[in-house]
This record gives sequence, C-alpha cells and structure tokens, in this order.
Amino acid sequence: MKNFWRRFSYNRGAVIGLFILTLVILTAILAPFVFPQSPWKMVQRPFLPPFTDNALLLGTDALGRNVISGLAHGAYVSLLVGLVSTIVALAIGVPIGALAGYFAGRTDDALMRFTEFFQTIPSFALAIVLLAIFQPSLMFVIIAISIVSWPPVARLVRGEVLSLRTREFVEAATLSGLGNTQIIMRHILPNALPPIIVLASLMVAQAILLESSLSFLGLGDPNIMSWGYMIGAARTVIRTAWWLSFLPGMAILLTVLSLNLIGEGLNDALNPRLTRKTQ
Amino acid sequence: MTLLSIRDLAIALPVGADRIYAAQNINFDLAAGEILCIVGESGSGKSMSANAVMGLLPEGVKPVKGNITFDGREILGLSEAEMLPLRGGRISMIFQEPLSALNPLMRVGAQIAEVFEAHGALSKSERRDRALKLLEEVGIPDPQAAIRAYPFQLSGGQRQRVMIAMALALEPDILIADEPTTALDVTTQAQILKLIEDLRKSRGMAVIFITHDFGVVADIADRVIVMQKGEIVETGTADEVLLKPQHAYTRALIDAIPRLVQRVDTEADQGKPLLTVENLEKTFSTGAGSLFGKRRVVKAVQNVSFELFAGETIGIVGESGSGKSTVGRCIVRLLDPDAGRVLMDGVDISHLAGAELRDQRRKLQMIFQDPYSSLNPRARVSRILTEGLIAFGTSKDAAHAKACELLEMVGLDASAMKRFPHEFSGGQRQRIGIARALALDPSIIIADEAVSALDVSIQAQVLDLLAELKTRLNLSMLFITHDLRVAARICDRIIVMQKGKIVEAGPVSKVLHDPDSAYTRSLLDAIPGQEYERALALAEAEV
Repeated sequence: MKNFWRRFSYNRGAVIGLFILTLVILTAILAPFVFPQSPWKMVQRPFLPPFTDNALLLGTDALGRNVISGLAHGAYVSLLVGLVSTIVALAIGVPIGALAGYFAGRTDDALMRFTEFFQTIPSFALAIVLLAIFQPSLMFVIIAISIVSWPPVARLVRGEVLSLRTREFVEAATLSGLGNTQIIMRHILPNALPPIIVLASLMVAQAILLESSLSFLGLGDPNIMSWGYMIGAARTVIRTAWWLSFLPGMAILLTVLSLNLIGEGLNDALNPRLTRKTQ
Repeated sequence: MTLLSIRDLAIALPVGADRIYAAQNINFDLAAGEILCIVGESGSGKSMSANAVMGLLPEGVKPVKGNITFDGREILGLSEAEMLPLRGGRISMIFQEPLSALNPLMRVGAQIAEVFEAHGALSKSERRDRALKLLEEVGIPDPQAAIRAYPFQLSGGQRQRVMIAMALALEPDILIADEPTTALDVTTQAQILKLIEDLRKSRGMAVIFITHDFGVVADIADRVIVMQKGEIVETGTADEVLLKPQHAYTRALIDAIPRLVQRVDTEADQGKPLLTVENLEKTFSTGAGSLFGKRRVVKAVQNVSFELFAGETIGIVGESGSGKSTVGRCIVRLLDPDAGRVLMDGVDISHLAGAELRDQRRKLQMIFQDPYSSLNPRARVSRILTEGLIAFGTSKDAAHAKACELLEMVGLDASAMKRFPHEFSGGQRQRIGIARALALDPSIIIADEAVSALDVSIQAQVLDLLAELKTRLNLSMLFITHDLRVAARICDRIIVMQKGKIVEAGPVSKVLHDPDSAYTRSLLDAIPGQEYERALALAEAEV
C-alpha cells in the first residue's frame, strides 16, 4: 500500500487529478447545505454577469437562476451518473468477459458475437435511441450509459482471463480440485484487477461526458440540474452571455481531466513494470 | 596483451533494492583471444558487470566507482555518441533468449545488414553479400533461404547463430555472451559452444562468457571468475578454479553439480503397477486449414505406453518439442488425450469428467516448472496450501494444521503461512509448490521440469528434498526433465522421448551408460563438462 502511494504520487498529474476530484466530490456533498434552495429557483434578474453581486458569485442564467448553485448541484448529478453507470457496466462486462475468456470455444464465440453486436453500433447513437424509448429519468440515463459502455470491459477482461487461465497457478488450482467458479473468483479475477481498475476510472469520465451530451440534447432528466443541461440551455445566448456555457463546460473539462489523470496514475501504480521511470 | 581491464568497479542499485551494490570491487583483465567465464548464481551481479562494459545498464543502475579501460582508453562514463561506434563495432554482445533479441518483423538478412548500416559500412549490395557470408560462417544450413527468413521460422539454435552472425558482423575485438546457451537444448548447446570456440580461434577474438553452468565453463573457459552477491570470490585459470577451488562458495557450487555417476539400480518392488499408460496419443493442430495457409498438425505424443510402480521414479527425458510435458499433462488431464488409456488402480481416468475425475485426480498431483508463475501472486501461502483440502471437505482448522505440517516437511517455517509468494526466493517458492502438491496425500507426483528454473545449489537441495519425501511418503514420481544429469540423480528408470515417441526406456544405469539408441547416445555426448567430470572424479579419488 505504501509502495502504491509512492508510485501513484510520483505521477504529479495524478496528484493534481486527485486534488481536483476531491474538490468536485466535496462540492457535490456540500451543495445541499451551502445552496439549500433549489437550483431551479429564479433569484435575480436574468443574465447577471459573474462577480457583480456578492450573493450570486457567478451571476444568473437566462431565467435568473443562480449559476453557482446549478454548478454545485450538477456536480452531484455528474458524479452519481459516472459512478453508478460504471458499476453497472462492470457488473455486466466483467462476468461476460470472464466466462468468455475462461471457457473459450463456443461460449467465447457466442458471448463475443453478442458483445460485438453492441460494439458495432455507435455508442452515443445507441444511448439516444435507448433514452428515446425509455422515460428520460436519471435511472434510465444511467441504464442507457451502462448499456453502451460495458463492451470494452468485457473485451478487456476476456483478454486478461485468456492469458491468466493458462498460468501454472491456475492449473495447480484445477489439480487441487477447485471448481470453475472458485478458480475464476479467487485465482483469475483478482489478478486481472489492475487493468480493470484503470479502465473503470476512465469509464467514469466517459460516462460524465455522455451524460452531459445527452442533457445538452435535452434527453436528460428534466427535473435535475446538470452541467450538460446548463450548457444546452445557454447555447442560444452564447454570444451575449458566453460565461453561461463556459462555466459548466470548464466544470466538465476539469472533472473529466482529473479522472483521466487519476487513471494514468493508477496505471503507473498498479503496473509498476510498465512505468516509464522508476526513480 | 590486455584488451580490456576493469579496476575497482562498483555498480550501484537504486535506493530500496535488497543490497546497495549490484557489483563491487570488480577487478579483472581480458587478453586478446581469451575466453573468460563469469560464473555465478542468479543475482550474483555477473550480467550487470558485463552490461557495464557495454554501457547498457538498466535505468536507475549506475556505475559509481572504478575504471573500465578498453584498448588503452577509458570507456566508463563515455557519452552515448562516443559509445555507439564501440558497441557492435569493437565490443558486441549476444543474449540468452534469441527470439526476443531479434526483431520479429524483420528478415534475418535485413537485421544483419542493419548492423553495417548503423555503422555506415559498405554499400547496399556488399552488405547483403557479407550477411550471406556471415550466415555461412556461423554454420546455418542453407544460408540463401535463411537470409530471407523471419526469426520465427528458424529454430532456437539457428536464431542464436543469427545473433552470433550479427555480433560478428564488424569483427569486434570482444564478444560478450550472456547465458547464450541456457535456453537451448543440450545438443544445440554443444554446437553453439563449439561454434564460439572455433570463431575465437579463427578470429582471435576475446570472449566474456557469462553462465551458471559449470559443465559449460569446463568445456570452454581459459580463465574463470566466480561471483557471489556482487563480488568476485575467486578467479584463476579454468583448471585451478574447477579442480582445486579455494573458496568455500566455489566448492559448494561444484559439489552441487548433478553428475552422471554410475548408480546402483534399486529394484523397485514390482507388484501391480500403480499407473499404466497405454498407447497415449495427442495431436495438436493449429489453423483451421482455411484460406490462409495449410493446417499445421503436430503429433505431440504418439503411442506412448509405460507402467509406474509404487515407490518408483521414472524420468521422462527429451529435448524441447519431444512431447515429454504433453505426456505429463495428458495423464493429469490438464490436456485431453486423443486416444489411449491411463489406468490408475484399474480405473481409466483418460475419459472421466466432473466429480469422478476430481476424485481420481486427487491421487495425482503436479509440481510445476516456474516457481514464479505457479503460485498465485495475490494469495497467501495459507490459502494456497489449504484451499485444495477445503475443496475436498476438510474443515478449515484441520486444513490449517495440515498445511503447517506440510511446510515443516518441505523445510519451511510455519510462519510462512501468513506471507505472500513474492516474499520468498525461487527455491523456497518451489518448496511451497511441493507442499501444495503433497497437500491432498497423492500417491503419484508428476514433476514437470521442477528444478530447471533453479540455481544449481538450490537445485541440489530441492532434488534431495524430493528424494527424501518420496521414500518417506512412499510416493511414485514421474520426473519430466530435459537434463540427463538431473534425471541421473533422482530416477530409477528413464524413458527417452524424441518427436513424440519413446525411443528408449530402461533402468538408469543402462540408459545413461550403455544406451541402445543413437539418439540417447547423442544426448549423452552433448552434456557439457564430461571430461571435467572424469577429471574431478579422478582428483577426488586421489584425495
């Protein structure tokens, strides 16, 4: 664990990423306490520029709603969507990949063709179609994002399992009389964990971007203030009130960037042999 | 004339490594036309010392003291640009694994020509001619075809010849060979050693030969340096070091060499055979024989039959690709045999499945080759040793107690239970692997190259342990190995395999000292250091 931190913190970008993400998480947690009012509530005249009113630090939007409150509440939505949809995607992708890799042969063929079926459809288009069918609620947004983002997980896990299942310790476990489930759960998956963790951190970033894009198009949950929705709503006034698109855009950029940096740091820390510099 | 001289060299390891210096107090001279062997076990710093000469130390490892003088010029601390003409031009190097040392996507001829290109020598057509000549010189059959081949199309020995051809391209003064024959079969090894010896004679080239095998040293060395834990413990001419070793470590290494000594055959109690293998067959095929190329069929095991009696050790010996490991894997059913029967206590286990297979397999356990990949890096020793027992219904506490007992039996402390595999050395890991194989009280142990990855002194200890456990627990063993010397040490009977078939089988003394088949004869002849062994036996007899 100590080594893990040493290698992780050696990557300076990763530490910065962790710092930004911590800020975002704190914002999301504290939002209901600092801004107890609904972010949908109109509080001032519309188009109030930032830093003109100390009570409304980042000004108001086209309907006079508090921008900073929207950003803070949006952080919660983005993180929730990112985390939950990644967990769901892992829950679909890991078992499929593990079964395909472990049993190989026909099971592998069947499961991988199924995976490719999802991979051949552009993920964003599929997410739009799914949301057009479902009701646009937060739960369905999460489900739609999970459904389009599990195939890479399955492929990665399959590859890892394929190479791990021929290792001698797995053969030894077979000879010790362990069942397939035990071998997969106790011997193979724990060893496949590092790349899965790295991929998962990048998937959270992907999911946040997808959610923002969907909200931008108006396919998000209409009752929830999210960064994507804010950009979408400010799109028409970008020439007169550019900050209304710019601020939530920066929020998305920084959060996604921080997750990517963390992913890279995790990669360095978990795969020390691939690290470019050891000293 | 001294060509290379190293004085007081110290190479520092990165902070946090298990010792401060990879090598220190290194002093030696190399004369033109001399073969200097650096011998030592893994981690002794022998490769690091040689890499320092080439300026090819891994990142974080730096020389901190001393001089390396080559041809009257200090080369330690030269810049990359100054090193380039030396590397390959004056000093060149060959490596252990020729497959990973060659670029898999480049034809052999292009790789040799590239050496000339890098040093700006010769015109394009001349380069090709020289490449062809070099391939001829290193004895590659059909150089015209080889020059157009990709590395994967050549055998291991041929690849090493290509590496040597590349190293010789610019007629270097020094050739550094880092374990060049370790990955090769014994017959191929003998050929490569002869080639290096011949080239040394014809070109007057000096050779630094790094190896862990004293047999190889005895065959090739003029002078020997023995290294231990980063320091030179003994240097001298080959005869001095090998026959009259001064340092205790050198003596220990020499004592640990497995020898082909005459053994008294122990008549095994020929009751009913414990394991009977009848007409075992296994064929591998690659590629479906589709649009892209023909289906390749390899008959890995053909018509193999033998019987294993209680308390007996049979050695299955052969070169790589002889099918010896496949036989072992088919018996324990890690692979499914295509035909034939494997009878254990009268039950044919070659077609069992599910619970029946699981119950029968309990009596048949395996020890694997690689002590690093055969233990799950994320499981503690306690779990590694107990999970098989628990899977067969032993209670947790009983399994734990049994595991502690097993650890003691293989010479480890019970405190090892709480540790992870990476905290142990290679030999200790192999002991854990043995304990795991014994956990289910098997009657037959299949050891697949179980000591091949270990240093010679550790190898001797593990072999002794296996022999002791075998008599104590009345086990039968199938010992698969490529090394006849190891087989001689532990086996009662030997089966020699070639290309999937049994070419000879019989008691150890017969197979090793009076073989019937020409193939066995050639394997025996290729064992390095045989003259030395006789000289050593003679010297010991005098004492």
